[in-house]
Amino acid sequence: MNPQSERDSPLWPPQALDPAGPFAAPLAEISWVMLTMGAAVLVIVLAALVLALSGSARSWMAHNKFVFAAGFSFPVIVLSAALIYGLTTTARLTDPPGANELRIRVIGEMWWWRVLYMDGDRVAFETANEIRIPTGAPVTFELESADVIHSFWVPQLGAKLDMIPGRRNLLRLQADRPQTYRGYCTEFCGAAHALMAFEVVAVTPEAFAQWRTAQAAPVLPRTGDRGAALFDAAGCAACHAVRGTSALGRAGPDLTHFASRRTLGAGILPNDAPTLRRWIANADDLKPSVRMPSYESLSDADREALALYLEGLR
Amino acid sequence: MKSETGFDHDLYKRFPTKGPRPESEFDELQRIWCKPKGLEYLTVVNNNYVGLYYVGGAFLFFLLAGVLALIMRTQLALPLNGFLDQETYNQIFTMHGTVMMFLFAVPAVEALGILLLPQMLAARDMPFPRLSAYAFWAYFLGGLAFFCSIFVGLAPNGGWFMYPPLTSMTYSPGINADFWLLGIGFIEISAIAGAIEIIVGVLRTRAPGMSLDKLPIFAWSMLVFAVMIVIAFPSIILATLLLELERALNWPFFDGLRGGDPLLWQHLFWFFGHPDVYIIFLPAAGMMSMIIPAITRTPLVGHNFVVLAILATGFISFGVWVHHMFTTGLPPLSTAFFSAAGMAVSVPAGLQVFAWIATLAAGKIRWSVPAYFAIGSIVIFVMGGLTGVMLALVPFDWVAHDTYFVVAHLHYVLIGGMVFPLIAAFYFWAPMMSKRRLSERLGRWAFWLMFIGMHVTFLVMHWTGLMGMPRRVYTYPDSDWTLPNQISTVGAFLIGLGVLLIVIDLVRNFRFSATDTVGNIYDAGTLEWLPTGLYSSRSIPVVKSRYPLWDDPNLSRDVEEGRYFLPNSATGERETIVTSPWNAEPQYLQRMPGPSWFHLGAAVFTAGFFLLLTVQLYWLSAASGLLAIGCILRWAWANDLPIVHTAVDIGAGIKVATYAHGPRSHGWWAMSVLLVVAGMIFLMLMFSYVFLWSRQPELWPDARPLAILFTSLALSAASLASALIAPRLYARAPWAAALLALLSAALLTSAWFVDALDWRAGGLDPELHAHGALVAAFLSWQGFFVVVAALMGLYAIARWKAGLLARERPATIESISLFQAYAAGQALVALTITRAFVLGV
Repeated sequence: MNPQSERDSPLWPPQALDPAGPFAAPLAEISWVMLTMGAAVLVIVLAALVLALSGSARSWMAHNKFVFAAGFSFPVIVLSAALIYGLTTTARLTDPPGANELRIRVIGEMWWWRVLYMDGDRVAFETANEIRIPTGAPVTFELESADVIHSFWVPQLGAKLDMIPGRRNLLRLQADRPQTYRGYCTEFCGAAHALMAFEVVAVTPEAFAQWRTAQAAPVLPRTGDRGAALFDAAGCAACHAVRGTSALGRAGPDLTHFASRRTLGAGILPNDAPTLRRWIANADDLKPSVRMPSYESLSDADREALALYLEGLR
Repeated sequence: MKSETGFDHDLYKRFPTKGPRPESEFDELQRIWCKPKGLEYLTVVNNNYVGLYYVGGAFLFFLLAGVLALIMRTQLALPLNGFLDQETYNQIFTMHGTVMMFLFAVPAVEALGILLLPQMLAARDMPFPRLSAYAFWAYFLGGLAFFCSIFVGLAPNGGWFMYPPLTSMTYSPGINADFWLLGIGFIEISAIAGAIEIIVGVLRTRAPGMSLDKLPIFAWSMLVFAVMIVIAFPSIILATLLLELERALNWPFFDGLRGGDPLLWQHLFWFFGHPDVYIIFLPAAGMMSMIIPAITRTPLVGHNFVVLAILATGFISFGVWVHHMFTTGLPPLSTAFFSAAGMAVSVPAGLQVFAWIATLAAGKIRWSVPAYFAIGSIVIFVMGGLTGVMLALVPFDWVAHDTYFVVAHLHYVLIGGMVFPLIAAFYFWAPMMSKRRLSERLGRWAFWLMFIGMHVTFLVMHWTGLMGMPRRVYTYPDSDWTLPNQISTVGAFLIGLGVLLIVIDLVRNFRFSATDTVGNIYDAGTLEWLPTGLYSSRSIPVVKSRYPLWDDPNLSRDVEEGRYFLPNSATGERETIVTSPWNAEPQYLQRMPGPSWFHLGAAVFTAGFFLLLTVQLYWLSAASGLLAIGCILRWAWANDLPIVHTAVDIGAGIKVATYAHGPRSHGWWAMSVLLVVAGMIFLMLMFSYVFLWSRQPELWPDARPLAILFTSLALSAASLASALIAPRLYARAPWAAALLALLSAALLTSAWFVDALDWRAGGLDPELHAHGALVAAFLSWQGFFVVVAALMGLYAIARWKAGLLARERPATIESISLFQAYAAGQALVALTITRAFVLGV
């Protein structure tokens, strides 16, 4: 039921070691270097252990000098090298954001992501659970939380960073190739923590510009649409906004261009016709603890009308 | 050697004594240290029993938390599995971590300390036997009740790290979180009690001649363990107090909207949480440093390096806590410091590992179950240590933090660094206290199942984490994560099977006995392998080397025949020799208490207090708390009675006193350690105050009137002076000292009221802003000390009225004076901080 990753071979290399941009590449590099170093040190220690147990030519090991050389000097040298390498890598990754970088504010909420495309300090438009970025340029994410601590991580694009209520953390990511990348909440945030994912869709700068214009536009009002009327009447509008209509709810995701999104339920379900209908009927079935109530009390026809209305929000 | 106390070292040459000892002496020793019968098993205080109960209780919680792990692995065996629902899974993973860390790991090593240290140091018992028993019962009863919350769906569900605001009232309105906060209250108490016991035990009750350079490594590690508890646990005690206050009274310490900060919790939690890993690891490493010399029958190579490594670990581990907060957005400069500390703390671990390897090279290993588990432990621990070094690098932590990579890492460290050594210790020391040895066959099967199962479960988890799988998820989609999860589940059941074999082995073969034991089958060289009874060894040897049993083949026989110190009971009661901290020169004979109902009652009612408070039965809780205090006072009442004491012969004509007071006495040491704990809690509260102030200094209110500050400072200073003068008057006029103790309490109480009433007049509202909440927290903390100081003042008067204040026995008044002086000193600092800090900056 999970939208699969788009990578050629999902088992190898693991996502975190398959970088797709300049903020992830040094992380993959340091991971490889440290894994290799760890394996080498392990082999050395195990060799010493086997030698010590084997009974051959081992008296040279049974001295304080050996303990000092192997247990102190050796780790100090290896660790100092690793520390310097780690600190320089940190320095490479913590440049301040450029002034003209695209800024996207992501607010973690129990258990989804509010995504605000910023225009200076102003919100250009709002969307949810899917972040579209242009390839080839760094993007600054302003990470906040509306309730508890969450953590924002796209393994193929860079580091993870916590979303802490009362604070704003800045994280820079960049994708070099057009592709869809998986993102996860990695800080335990309550009941449905396991069901809080998202996608980053990297597209060419041209495609991004088009998308951005389309997203910023409100929907065209459609008079006489039974689904649109139901959206107000059944209470959907109390929590969800659809720009250009009377729906102004703020509690749940903005649904203005809902049908343009790939996933449903914060990155955990495909946004297709049958899933949408099940979601409207009883979202808790698909995502236990979700805050959205069940609409099983509506007639089949009403739910169908709502689904058709949502599918029209392109 | 230069004498530390004036004791003449030549006197040691009188031992072993010549000539037979009278048979009646030995009978009396056995009568005094007799086995309990029937209900006496509940009131027993001897370390053999309490230690065994303690180990058994901790092992029970290991099994229970292990079952929780298997339930989790069953749920994760299949993607989108419906075996457990969200809420149940979240409760189970929280309980798995909490029970393993708080109810198993720390108590288990503490328990082994209480069980082994007296024998290893050739002391008759731990210095405060009733305190050990109290700590055990409070922990065991409280822990069981806490665990039962899982059966009724009320178990905590916010993770063992309990980060607010998820655990604050808004997002966790149920009492589940309160179960965690109050539920570990008694674990904190028992850990502190055990730490006091162990510090005083190791430093003051060693066999004569066992100077620190001859101290067994296990005792070194327990000493550092205990000191680390004294420094680290106050932080979690304060954190739990603050969070419970926030939940119960709406005081916003962690609420970012009202001047609090969720990160304050993380600092306090990890200032405890990171050292806690070494608190668990060090004693286990100490066991390894005992077992490896024994199985190779050769002294530990690099003994002094290992001691230094243990001490260094203790120091450095307090600089590593931010290691857990690299992804919270801290500035690079501070993460760089903690990254370096994280790397540095692995150096002493490496030193110990190579000391073990060098020892293995120096001797010839004799394979046995303890040997298997010890060698297995080295392999697993080194792997965990290496991934730990990786995680200490900030950029790698940004990748691996809160993924299954960390789950793999911490299980390698804890299973390799603690569980395997613990099981090696079970097999190694069982012959010391059991009529039958444990089975070699079952033990080896258990080893291979656990060793293989361990790698099957956790090796693949490194990869699962790098594949992006976050921790603490109750389910996952059918994806590339499915296969590695299935492998892990298979491995977990292999480990479970191995543990089951150990349980079967223990049930079939472990038969406790103090006298009729298998004995020294591993041919180890340290004192716990002397022939023992409930009184430890018949006589207390003069220690001349690190491995006395290897260096003096006649030692066991001479000790058993009573040719050393204290071959009898010199006072006709339970007793042990108190020795000096560096050179272990005999100083005096401590009379020890025997079985009692009062410490047991105190434990039952302490556990009752916390549990009834959790389920919001406030009146019953208060009643239980009062009963606990009553039991403790009654327990204290029987101490320090006005008995005439004369010097007694502790062997070979050497005479020592049977009473001591002041800095020479064990009681003074215990009170001092307790006050260090109190001071650390207070220090953490000051840290919290400054930390939250630094977040939003402009929003903090103006200072209160200085006149009030000076008045309450003056009253507190007078209280301090009275407390300090009291013991100096005691020898001339005990009644005057008692009155001064009461006066000190009265002055302290009035200082508190002057302070509190002014805050009230100023309209202080603890619910409005973190500043008010912190001031209220200072007032509450100081208020607690005021109440205890007042109780002590009244206690002193009651002792005087009852005619129990003997001129030559000032210990009670000295303890009261120490406490009251501390409380007054704390008042001076608290007043200055809350009233003058803002002025100064």
